[in-house]
Amino acid sequence: MASERRVAPAQVDVAIVGGGPAGLAAATRLRQLGTTSLAVLDREPEAGGIPRHCGHFPFGVREFHRLLRGPDYARRLVTQARDSGVEVFPATTVTGIASGPRLVLSTPDGKAELAAHKVLLATGVRETSRAARFIGGQRPRGVISTGALQSMVYLASKRPFRRPVILGSELVSFSAILTCRHAGIRPVAMIEPGRRITAWRFAAALPRLQSLPLHLETELLAVHGREQVEGVTLRSRDGREWDLECDGVLVTGGFTPEATLCRLGHLEMDSGSGGPVIDQFGRCSDPDFFAAGNLLRPVETAGWSWREGVAAGDRLAAALADRLPAAEGQVEVIADHPAIKLVLPQRLALPAPAGGMSHLQLRLNRAVRGVLQVRDGDAIVLTQTLAGLPERRILVPLKGLLGKLRGDTLSLSILEVT
Amino acid sequence: MSEAPADIADQRAGRRRVETFDVAVIGAGVVGCAVARRLTMEGARVVVLEKALDILDGASKGNSGILHTGFDAPPNSLEQRCIAAGYQEYLDIRERLNLPLLDCGALVLAWTEEEEARLPDLMEQARANGVSDVEALSRAEVLALEPNVSPKVRAGFRVPREFVIDPWSAPTAYLTQALENGATCRRGCEVLAGTFDGEAWQLETTTGSLRSRSVVNCAGLFGDRVDQRLLGQSSFTIRPRKGQFVVFDKAAAKLARSIILPVPTAKTKGVVICRTSFGNLLVGPTAEDQDSRDDASTDGETLEMLRAKGIEMLPALAGIPVTATYAGLRPASEHKDYQLSAEAARCYITVGGIRSTGLSSALGLAREVCRLLEGFGETFAPLTEPSWPKAGVLTEYGERAWARAGNGGIVCHCELVTRHEIEAALDGPLAARSLAGLKRRTRVTMGRCQGFYCLGALSEITEGRFDAPLTEPIDDGE
Repeated sequence: MASERRVAPAQVDVAIVGGGPAGLAAATRLRQLGTTSLAVLDREPEAGGIPRHCGHFPFGVREFHRLLRGPDYARRLVTQARDSGVEVFPATTVTGIASGPRLVLSTPDGKAELAAHKVLLATGVRETSRAARFIGGQRPRGVISTGALQSMVYLASKRPFRRPVILGSELVSFSAILTCRHAGIRPVAMIEPGRRITAWRFAAALPRLQSLPLHLETELLAVHGREQVEGVTLRSRDGREWDLECDGVLVTGGFTPEATLCRLGHLEMDSGSGGPVIDQFGRCSDPDFFAAGNLLRPVETAGWSWREGVAAGDRLAAALADRLPAAEGQVEVIADHPAIKLVLPQRLALPAPAGGMSHLQLRLNRAVRGVLQVRDGDAIVLTQTLAGLPERRILVPLKGLLGKLRGDTLSLSILEVT
Repeated sequence: MSEAPADIADQRAGRRRVETFDVAVIGAGVVGCAVARRLTMEGARVVVLEKALDILDGASKGNSGILHTGFDAPPNSLEQRCIAAGYQEYLDIRERLNLPLLDCGALVLAWTEEEEARLPDLMEQARANGVSDVEALSRAEVLALEPNVSPKVRAGFRVPREFVIDPWSAPTAYLTQALENGATCRRGCEVLAGTFDGEAWQLETTTGSLRSRSVVNCAGLFGDRVDQRLLGQSSFTIRPRKGQFVVFDKAAAKLARSIILPVPTAKTKGVVICRTSFGNLLVGPTAEDQDSRDDASTDGETLEMLRAKGIEMLPALAGIPVTATYAGLRPASEHKDYQLSAEAARCYITVGGIRSTGLSSALGLAREVCRLLEGFGETFAPLTEPSWPKAGVLTEYGERAWARAGNGGIVCHCELVTRHEIEAALDGPLAARSLAGLKRRTRVTMGRCQGFYCLGALSEITEGRFDAPLTEPIDDGE
């Protein structure tokens, strides 16, 4: 596409880092609310985010009331933003953030700086790598993530292997099966360390439909092969180790926020979510910085991220108009049970005007049945039955809670039923 | 496996006239690259023969990237002398070759009473090795210098001039300088046999035969095998010693300014914590003896142990994600010291058993080789105006290509590698012919996402450039 490339301005009211569903939704919303000085910065040659290389359904139900494939959905988001007057700058990488706010950019024209009144970070998620999972063995070609496979298949019409094993059983692992089928790749097995499939039940039928052997409670110990993958060593729950021939390993899921800018910058991080600490308005520890979308937590659908982006647009507009409460004197939200993987927002700004997040979002790291207890200091202020599985969204309403908080911590614990 | 067009051209030329080199350097690891550079600068006509498809594919592909002073080397050993000389020469030439240096210093830290008791002897050894600026540190002084180090530390000493460089840019620059000044490098070229006819060696390789007046065996993990092939015997046996490493995200680099060294044992320098030239922080290596000379496998339990060990010494590491893991193989032998030998009658030199400090000592070893070669009566006329090619900037602590205009745009987002850097690495006499080679030259896919974002783009950019492509067209064979 031969579009002329324009240089990002040196000063804007709102700089949005990341042109995926959340970033584009926020930009479009801000523009609708009358903010004219804003820029969406995306490091890829084209904006649109991860859906650009998810060549499958279903995208766009919430946003466009249509069933779309990822690339079509991404294009519509970009078009919608541009049509509403948003300036999108692709091939523009933010390499650093600092208070001010100031951003350091890299473009094909070199280094530049951008000053903004407010910044929205919407940098999304990625899958954790083989290295981060400490999968041993040799390091041949052909060990890749679903994201890499999809960009090869859907953006380049190429495939890196023909008979890989698939590690993981999250939703993305099943979309990896679809990507494989599209590319004429025949996976030899699906490996899941857990006791059951992580994804929703309907997806669980897919391996059977594809006659793909599924090995639960099985670990991937080592990868073999000097040039290309030649096989893997697996370990079953009973300790038995066995080898499986394959020519690739598809390391799927295990999503983690792409929070590098926060981590290398000055923003407080949450080790549970892997993203920045935010309050119910999506404000980071430096309140000139906001965050939305999957940067907040792994991992939600594009539609959910888009909705968070729209809400972030509203809150940024309020912040520009000085209508948000001061960021001092916040209540800390604490996960006080080892099964709670993450909770957000991690702070609550009081007194709380309308317009903040309506719910706490929780994720568990294992299957749990019991009662969730929310404490304000020592007093239980809310209980909710819990029958949750790992990696599923759990919502706890904040409505009615915010007005009566007295202490400076809100802690979440679980009374487990075994 | 296909041969490079240049090699085929060489072969064809070889049928018409037998070319005679002055020196054939076997092996393009850090030692071979440094030897090739030195001898070329001295005026020799050098050919480098590398059996792998890329340089730095054996022992030199995985190390800690430290430029050692040699403070803990056995006094008066060959190793100690070569480290001292190599260290100094690196500092002398690095600006002209545009090579990195992280001026960080090292702290040798004691964690047990026994280790603490050994500190005075180690400092004495350092002074005996000419490293006179070591300073003893109390526990409080250690913690003042490195506030993130665990308060369980007992004492230590500082070695101010231990530095961090990088494992690949230095040897690549050495060989590049050799090539720019007339040397030849053949990759995918394994030496199969050779005979010395009183005048020169006739070497048979997988890409044809060639003549060379002398041979320098720098074959690292296969050093003893090359000796056996060419001399009929070897005075040492390689006993590969594996070292595994865990690399933490760049956010960890601010946790330790100095290189954190343990009190060494007879077998190993022990597990080090150290920043990398690329802005990460690494923990490693292990020291595991094994038989295989090419299997640098990692294993989950050991990596887990290294991570735990890192956290024990630097507790804040617990909150930092792991970016990468790797293992390297040290070409250790049954001897503690380097095995440098010369056979004047056959103009043959062996540089073997460079067990762990090769990156620091390579330039010093190259000088030793040159001296030995002169002892054979070989005389050359040093180049009067050699060219000094400048290496690209890969260090996180320098100005990278992404900051300059006309970079072609960033392709690898984690390591901020630009399209033009990648294209440059796919070109020229040392063009990358595999993803591994491209990684070493540019750092693509070596960051925290390990290719999640850029492998798709890379498979397009590298199309037709690699011996084994990253991908195949989807319709192929279906």
